[in-house]
Amino acid sequence: MINRREFCKKAVIIVGGIALPLSALEVFNPKRLLAEKDGNGKVRWVFLVDVHKCVGCGFCVKACKIENEVTYDANVTRTWVERYVVTKDGRVNIDSPKGGRDGFTTQKIDQASAGLKEINPGEIAKAFFVPKLCNHCENPPCVQVCPVGATYQTQEGVVLVDRSWCIGCGYCVMGCPYGVRYFHPELHVAEKCTLCYHRLCKGMVSACVDACPFGARLVGNIRDPNDPVTRIIATEQVNVLKEEFGTKPQVFYLGSSMEVK
Amino acid sequence: MVHGEAWTLKEFFVYPNEYIYWSIQIVMYPFMTGLVAGAFVLSSLYHVFGVKQLKEIARFSLVFSLALLPVAMMPLMLHLQQPQRGIYVMMTPHFTSAIAAFGIVFTTYGLIVASEIWFVYRQFIVETVLELRARQQRSAVESARLILYSLLSMGAMDLSPEALHKDERAVAILAGTGIPVACFLHGYAGFIFGSVKANALWMTPLMPVIFICSAIVSGIALCIVTYIITMEIRKRIFARNRRNNPGLPSTEELKSAEIKVVTITVKYLVMFLVLAITLELLDLIFRTYTAVKSWDILRSVIYERDFFKIFILQYGLGNLVPFIIFLRPGLTIRRALIGTLLVLLGVFMMRWNVVIGGQAFSASFSGFMEYHLPIWPSSVELFKEGLFGALAVITTPFVLFFLVTRVLPVFGVQDSH
Amino acid sequence: MHLKNHVWRPLYIVLAIVGGILLTRTLLVPGDFGIHERGYMYGWHRKSNEAEWKAYRVKYKTAKVCAECHKDKYNDIKDSPHASISCENCHGPNYDHPKDPLGLKIDRSRALCIRCHAYMPYKDNIRAKIPGIDPLLHYPQAECVMCHYPHNPTKPNPKYNRREVKP
Repeated sequence: MINRREFCKKAVIIVGGIALPLSALEVFNPKRLLAEKDGNGKVRWVFLVDVHKCVGCGFCVKACKIENEVTYDANVTRTWVERYVVTKDGRVNIDSPKGGRDGFTTQKIDQASAGLKEINPGEIAKAFFVPKLCNHCENPPCVQVCPVGATYQTQEGVVLVDRSWCIGCGYCVMGCPYGVRYFHPELHVAEKCTLCYHRLCKGMVSACVDACPFGARLVGNIRDPNDPVTRIIATEQVNVLKEEFGTKPQVFYLGSSMEVK
Repeated sequence: MVHGEAWTLKEFFVYPNEYIYWSIQIVMYPFMTGLVAGAFVLSSLYHVFGVKQLKEIARFSLVFSLALLPVAMMPLMLHLQQPQRGIYVMMTPHFTSAIAAFGIVFTTYGLIVASEIWFVYRQFIVETVLELRARQQRSAVESARLILYSLLSMGAMDLSPEALHKDERAVAILAGTGIPVACFLHGYAGFIFGSVKANALWMTPLMPVIFICSAIVSGIALCIVTYIITMEIRKRIFARNRRNNPGLPSTEELKSAEIKVVTITVKYLVMFLVLAITLELLDLIFRTYTAVKSWDILRSVIYERDFFKIFILQYGLGNLVPFIIFLRPGLTIRRALIGTLLVLLGVFMMRWNVVIGGQAFSASFSGFMEYHLPIWPSSVELFKEGLFGALAVITTPFVLFFLVTRVLPVFGVQDSH
Repeated sequence: MHLKNHVWRPLYIVLAIVGGILLTRTLLVPGDFGIHERGYMYGWHRKSNEAEWKAYRVKYKTAKVCAECHKDKYNDIKDSPHASISCENCHGPNYDHPKDPLGLKIDRSRALCIRCHAYMPYKDNIRAKIPGIDPLLHYPQAECVMCHYPHNPTKPNPKYNRREVKP
């Protein structure tokens, strides 16, 4: 058996072995490592979805795909619309055929390989449509897990992907609790909603906001107290998605419901 | 075609962008790194903790862990959508990501293993150089070998007892440093999964520990399997050559030596197996008991959809059956081989059930995804992320092991360690 | 220790590898790659990528741009129930119209109209307040525009003769 001297020696060796890879973490200046937790710029883009106003036309999805050159017929999308049909027995039926790109034109619920489900109109207790997009979280887990710094958050809070630096590991795709990320079918890099950064910086609004005929989607600057979006968020009953993940999502929902996933 | 669409079958409501993005190669990745780590730990049991009975298999498993090393990276390269940019992990590492340290830990570990092997083999290398140099005439092959071994010796030709003693000490230090690094390499592969808060099945602090234990289990198991197979080949070769060279050990002698090594190694295997299963069951019990929001969907995945894969293949065939095989008295080579192969299956299924099982349900908790392993490689992607890609990963270490042992033989080497 | 000691030989290789990585790093990593506004956790990136995204081409130019030239059409729709529908939703994205012929492929299809007008039995939902039809029963062989004037659905379409459509 090993004696104390041997044990101490081995312990030192083992601890040293652990410290070796950890020392690699010290290459950065600790001062710079301190993240500016809450940015202090004049602009912080946020998004507001009014669930009451959405009719599920899907014009937002169509416009987004064209504006952002996301392969039109590929089964991935930066933004999508979900339909919730709750029956009187409490069952929640959800679908989003093609992400709602062509709207909802049939009453049947698309259950993927489980087929189409007919629901008797008399059984419906409530039904609504919920648009989804990247939440541009204050603590984006997708950015945290990128091993190479190919995805990042700008000062204005927009989470972007550097297409020339992404290695395509998919960790960000797995790290997002909202399922907003995927691989671009042609570019083979991580892909996501940019909140139409290219439009926002020109004083325009996101393509999906322009395309929505009902005003269900709005984009605004939360640092501007006079911005109508800021006012609604400040004064009305808004909600966010999956708050429990600590991501601090910045897409706010008016009229959301507990069934929303 | 969207990445993932070819092998993902959705049922009920799944977010439009959700697919099984991490497929067979990500099953292979922890499986292969586990084998590397396990093989190394096995060799260190002898070099650091002085478990004398493991002397024979220690050298073997050390070289095997070198052969496995490049293969741990292979599934990642096959999985990356932009493999040519893989080096960026070393260029601009983002250490808030569990993957970022991979390049550094992997390289550190690789260098430790390579250096340790150099010290273990230095005497052999130098002796080979001296012997080749002494020859009056050398064939082309011998000249090439001389150059290769001279390069490998790095000019360190000192074979004095002091120098050899230094080698020994260096081996002990490197093996000692290597254990935590090997555990780090693999535990952190577990951390890659365990820290994904978006995934209800993966997120548990036990994940790294479970990964380390099952890594050691699988590494030891593979070393035993390969050891048995190699010994079988040696027996055949010796039986044939004994006619010309009666001094070679007899089949019975080899057999008794073999069963001794296998029996003692199996003991360590069982030890780590118990630890691994305990932790896995603890995780399962804890999830059942706390039954948080995600439990409804996890339960239907674990107890219904993946029941066969988890309880029959992984726990039943992969853990329980080998357990019975190993614990029954009078272990034979054949039973040891069957048991260790089943253990390997069990660990592989555990990786499968974690990686694929973790993506078997939608983050919306309202639908399921089923994985269909692509068989026929009709496109590059279907090769990379299909059966043949996985087979390529599995066979490479054996090819590498064969090649490495041409230069650094694992049997019949005179050494001081 | 003495450097002549052979024990340190593998270390030379290690140092050479580390040096090689650091050298590749200086050659491969762009100068503007670093920690930016959101710190190391969220702002570790290549700064010039932000400008690349800002320069991304805008395709949808909004109804305001359309109204600058097509005042008549704008007046046509501005007081109709369809006033809130952006021109580009049906006419296609502007791109650089009229210079760029890419844009403005008008979608007159039935599929477009039933995005809103396929009836859904969701009584408390705003969708139910939109005039809805059953796409399988309401003149399934006809295009909607043959009867309905898209710019103002309260009027018949002057381009078509309503009687040509058989139920």
